[in-house]
This record gives sequence, C-alpha cells and structure tokens, in this order.
Amino acid sequence: MASPTTGPRSLLAHHFADLGEQKDATTLGMWLFLAQEVMFFGGLFLVYTVYRFNFHDAFAAASHHLDVKLGAINTAVLIGSSLTMALAVHAAALGKRQQLVVFLLLTVLLGSAFLGVKVVEYADKYHHHLVPGPGFSGEALHLEGDRARQAEMYFSLYFGMTGLHALHMIVGIPILLALAVKGWRGAYSPEYNTPVEFTGLYWHFVDIVWIFLFPFLYLIH
Amino acid sequence: MHEQHVVSPRIYFAIFAALLLLTLVTVQVAAIDLGEPEIFFGKRVPLNVVVALVIACVKAVLVILFFMHVKYSPRLTQLVIGAAFVWLFILLAVTLSDYWSRGWVGGNPGT
Repeated sequence: MASPTTGPRSLLAHHFADLGEQKDATTLGMWLFLAQEVMFFGGLFLVYTVYRFNFHDAFAAASHHLDVKLGAINTAVLIGSSLTMALAVHAAALGKRQQLVVFLLLTVLLGSAFLGVKVVEYADKYHHHLVPGPGFSGEALHLEGDRARQAEMYFSLYFGMTGLHALHMIVGIPILLALAVKGWRGAYSPEYNTPVEFTGLYWHFVDIVWIFLFPFLYLIH
Repeated sequence: MHEQHVVSPRIYFAIFAALLLLTLVTVQVAAIDLGEPEIFFGKRVPLNVVVALVIACVKAVLVILFFMHVKYSPRLTQLVIGAAFVWLFILLAVTLSDYWSRGWVGGNPGT
C-alpha cells in the first residue's frame, strides 16, 4: 500500500489537514449523533417518570413482576460486552489484528446473550398476558379496572424502551461483524482505526442506556 | 498532529470491576426499604430511588470517561458532551417542575 495520506487510495479525505484532525472531526460527529440519542431516550425516561408519579401503585405492582435476577445478569453481560469492545478498540489502536477480531466477536457473543435473555423475558410477559393490546390482562398482577389499564401503560413503556434499546443492539451486531471481517483483512492500523473507535462509542452508549433502564424498570418500586 | 492516547487495558479491567460491584450494590440496596424521609422542602423523598439513580449516574460517568475516552478527548468534544447533558437537564427539569407545581394554583389542574 502507498502512504496512508497520499495517492488515490488515501485514507485521508482531502478537506482535512491530517489524520489526527480527521479523527477528531469524526469523533465529534459521532458525539453529536449520540447527543440527539441522549435527548431521544431522555424523553422516554421523562414520560416514564411522569406516569410513575401519577400511577405509582400500579407501576410498583407491574415492576415487581420483572425478574431482578435476569435484569442484573443482563446488566453484567452488557458491561462485559463494553469491556471487550474497549479492548477491541485498544487492539485496533495498536494494530493487533487477531486480538481485534477476537474481541469484536466476543462483543457480538455477549450482545447476543443479552438479546437471548431478553427473548426469555419477553416470552414470560407474553405467557402472562402482559403484552399491551387487546390480549392484556391484569390478572397475573392481581389488578383490575383502572389499575390494570395503568399497569398496561407500564408495560407499553417497558416494551417501548427495552425494545428500542434492543433495536440499537440489533443494529450494532451486524456492524461489529462487518468490522471483524474488515479487521481480519487488515483494514485497520495504528494510523487508521476510526470505524472501530466510533462503533465503540455507539456500543458504550447502548450500554449506558441499559445502565439507566435497569434501575428505572426493575429496581424502583 | 494530534497524538492518539492509548489507555492501558488495566484501567479497562478496573472500570469493569467497579461497574460490576456497583451493579451488585444497587441490586442489594433495592431489596432494603430505606424509607421516605421529609428532606426536600418538607416533601417525602424515597431514598431507594435516589440511591438507585446516583449509582446509575456514577456508572454512566465511568463508562463515558474511560470506556468512551472522554477523559482524554479534545476540549471541543468534551464541551459538546457537556452541552448535551445541559440540554437533557433542561428537558427533564422544566417538564417535571411543570407537573410538580400544577396543583399549586386553582383552576383546571390539567393532569
């Protein structure tokens, strides 16, 4: 390969002075994207908080139905995937090709384990008729009438928020796999590893959303 | 040329351990009823909620500073991230203060 900053296959876009400036600009752009994600999820947490004040008892009863143990295990799994992601970024920065691929695949594995546990939890809600809609019933929570309707609101928020979080992971996993393939082919080096770096930012952000979802949905009664 | 800062993996493992420990603490504390003392302008404050949110914030800050390298990022990036959380604070504080204070005056309480 020719020099990484000149020639037709240059890694440096022509409007940047050098790779460092290009990397700083990319990181800033990624953070602006994450800033709007913060506002987006922040709005959902706000809606949850307001409803929780208004429908306190029904929300407490509904959140008691969630399995704290599964939630805690999933928290640990996702934190573990953040560790392997950080180690993947580290390997890319040092140009360690094999380590990069191994840590990316470990991140995919842990992310998939998280989604697997989520499937088990969703199936439990389905079996207890706790999925919002015409099939919803407050029976499993011993709630009737208005209280059952309020619990249905809790589960609307539960599925909405955890569903959007899971969607972010479902988007992230193929990106990680693509990075692993490109990394294996030697696309990343100590000079150029920005895609690994900003995918890492995305993955850690998804981890942070769960760090707040876990206490909001599982722990606060 | 901007030098790339490479963080030692030892720091990553330390942060990972701290995050796991905080998760364990938050689960254990949630099982204990800490009560609702009147500590905020005569209002009852459920301490369990406060503890759970403080622990979540500490965990988030650890992830942001170390896993996301913000501690070593350029000042401009740090400013943008700080601004994002200021906007989030405005979103939360202004909306919640509205819901909190609506019953204080007469007329239609809205909610």
